[in-house]
Amino acid sequence: MTDAQTLEIRDLSVGIGPHDVVDGVDLSIGRGEIVALVGESGSGKSLTALALMGLLGGAVRQTGGRATLDGTALDLGDDAAMRRLRGTALAMIFQEPVASLNPLLSVGAQVAESLVVHGRATRREAWDRAVEMLREVGIPAPERRARQLPSELSGGMCQRVMIASALISEPRLLIADEPTTALDVTIQAQILHLMRRLRDETGTSVLIITHDMGVVASVADRVCVMYGGRIVEQAEVHRLFADPRHPYTKLLLATIPRMTGGHKSELFSIEGRVPDLADWPEGCRFRTRCPLADGKCAERPPLAPPGSDPGHLAACWHSDRVEDLT
Amino acid sequence: MSAVGNVMRRSFVPRRGGGVPVGLFVAIFAAMILIAIFAPLIAPYDPDRQNLLGRLKAPGTEARDVFYLLGSDELGRDLLSRVIYGARISLSVAILSVLLSGCVGTALGMLAGYLRGWVGIVVMRLVDIFLSIPAILLAIIMVAVLGPGFVNVVFVLALTRWPRYARVAYGQTLSVAEQPYVRLARAMGAGPGRVLFRHILPNIIAPLSVVATLEFGLMVLFEAGLSFLGLGVQPPMASWGAMLSVGRNYVSNAWWIATFPGICLFLLVLSVNLIGDRLSDYLNPKSR
Ligand SMILES: Nc1ncnc2c1ncn2[C@@H]1O[C@H](COP(=O)(O)OP(=O)(O)OP(=O)(O)O)[C@@H](O)[C@H]1O
Ligand SMILES: [Mg+2]
Repeated sequence: MTDAQTLEIRDLSVGIGPHDVVDGVDLSIGRGEIVALVGESGSGKSLTALALMGLLGGAVRQTGGRATLDGTALDLGDDAAMRRLRGTALAMIFQEPVASLNPLLSVGAQVAESLVVHGRATRREAWDRAVEMLREVGIPAPERRARQLPSELSGGMCQRVMIASALISEPRLLIADEPTTALDVTIQAQILHLMRRLRDETGTSVLIITHDMGVVASVADRVCVMYGGRIVEQAEVHRLFADPRHPYTKLLLATIPRMTGGHKSELFSIEGRVPDLADWPEGCRFRTRCPLADGKCAERPPLAPPGSDPGHLAACWHSDRVEDLT
Repeated sequence: MSAVGNVMRRSFVPRRGGGVPVGLFVAIFAAMILIAIFAPLIAPYDPDRQNLLGRLKAPGTEARDVFYLLGSDELGRDLLSRVIYGARISLSVAILSVLLSGCVGTALGMLAGYLRGWVGIVVMRLVDIFLSIPAILLAIIMVAVLGPGFVNVVFVLALTRWPRYARVAYGQTLSVAEQPYVRLARAMGAGPGRVLFRHILPNIIAPLSVVATLEFGLMVLFEAGLSFLGLGVQPPMASWGAMLSVGRNYVSNAWWIATFPGICLFLLVLSVNLIGDRLSDYLNPKSR
């Protein structure tokens, strides 16, 4: 299923002032593949996603990288070209569902927005499809809800409205930044199910950004672990859970609470905290917090297969010793 | 307090604040607009008809079949009719200059706030320069150069006042453009025009309308000031300001000529300013 690549990026870098907040990220997402991007707060996940949409701005600039979408080169910095793709081939869901909806426009109009912007439907058709989409994401009485303002909806419903607004354009790549954080467990499961169904029915590829290893386990095909603006490990999901080869991944997995009862989705808690942008060390950026760090780590480790599986990559000089970590 | 008093209080006095009966001033303002619109139906006489035998008649007197309810002016014209027609000029100059300066200022401010970069710098420096010159002085100089007249006055007032709107629109656009809902709109492919008009403008219109209301009162006064100096709308058309200017020469023997237009100006500006204040309290309760 993952033979044709929907999206490929090479060496993507994003800078804020003199600092590389995203530093040489390679990422490829196959057709119909769901890839999870995980990592602590501040590791650069959202900026990677925004760069892919060509939506960086202000002090945040893309400083390098090439991308292709379905084999065609993408110029992420060309706003006019990217604008034609946003809302058609590319769609994105953001972190804050309530603030992401315009307080003065009806939710129906906002779901229909991408169809209207690109002239893909008349106003009437777009509205009808928006209502249909609201029904699909599980909003009861969608005809009535579509006419309401975001302030009349709960946070969970706003999240589903935003998801509807992204799915309505039937994108080739859907980027979902923490799509389920604001939701309770039942709705979360419903949304994840919806994304999987979308993938199965339309072959849409999904890049899902999350803190929640539970979400990763239940929806992703492949996982990229990010730390300090770099991808430190990437593997097929079962591989990663069974045999992590980067100490950071290992520690991340250790922070998942045992799946007893419905309570999961804890935030990560690893000894120490992510250093400020200015304080990232030379070489491996995790070495200030890593139990395996030694002199060798002052040199940047390449992202390379630690074992025989070419699809499993880790950026660590000591990937053979990760197993021994407790 | 009696029940009637309570009802009165509730309908006229806002829950918090200075206890100003805004409803009354809204009524005054609305009445003035209606008077201006329907002036020909309301005015008892032709405002320009001179009557040399009825010059400087006191309010309530009659001369040659004309009953001067508010008295007559130095050419024997009916002051009541002139005040009624004067509302047209005072109000239309204010409305047009507010609309013009509001549109220009908002458009420039939004562009500056959205594009930032050199556009933002140029526009905002221009705003600073304009705002550092006393506006009435600027207006006087420009009218003196361009010449008086209705169109010129509107044009000059708009030219002096657009920076007020630009400054507010700039700041508001800067903050609204950072809102996640603007980012989402961009993520759906909305271009700059759509983002500005559909997503940003409706969200910044409230503070701009407060500025517009307060500016409205100021425009009435500016126009009156220009007319007072003879730089406003030219005779025989006369705004309240122009009538004030003429009346000034007769204060000792015909006080009414300056007094009635003066009261009208006072009530109009007071009403508009109070409405503006209340509007701003209502729209940002935090700034109370
Ligand atoms: N507009 C901005 N201006 C300055 N710094 C920024 C900006 N956006 C992000 N950053 C910084 O860049 C770093 C990476 O941010 P990013 O939002 O990509 O993190 P994240 O991995 O998505 O975290 P989270 O899980 O909290 O969403 C952070 O240190 C953040 O403070
Ligand atoms: Mg984020």
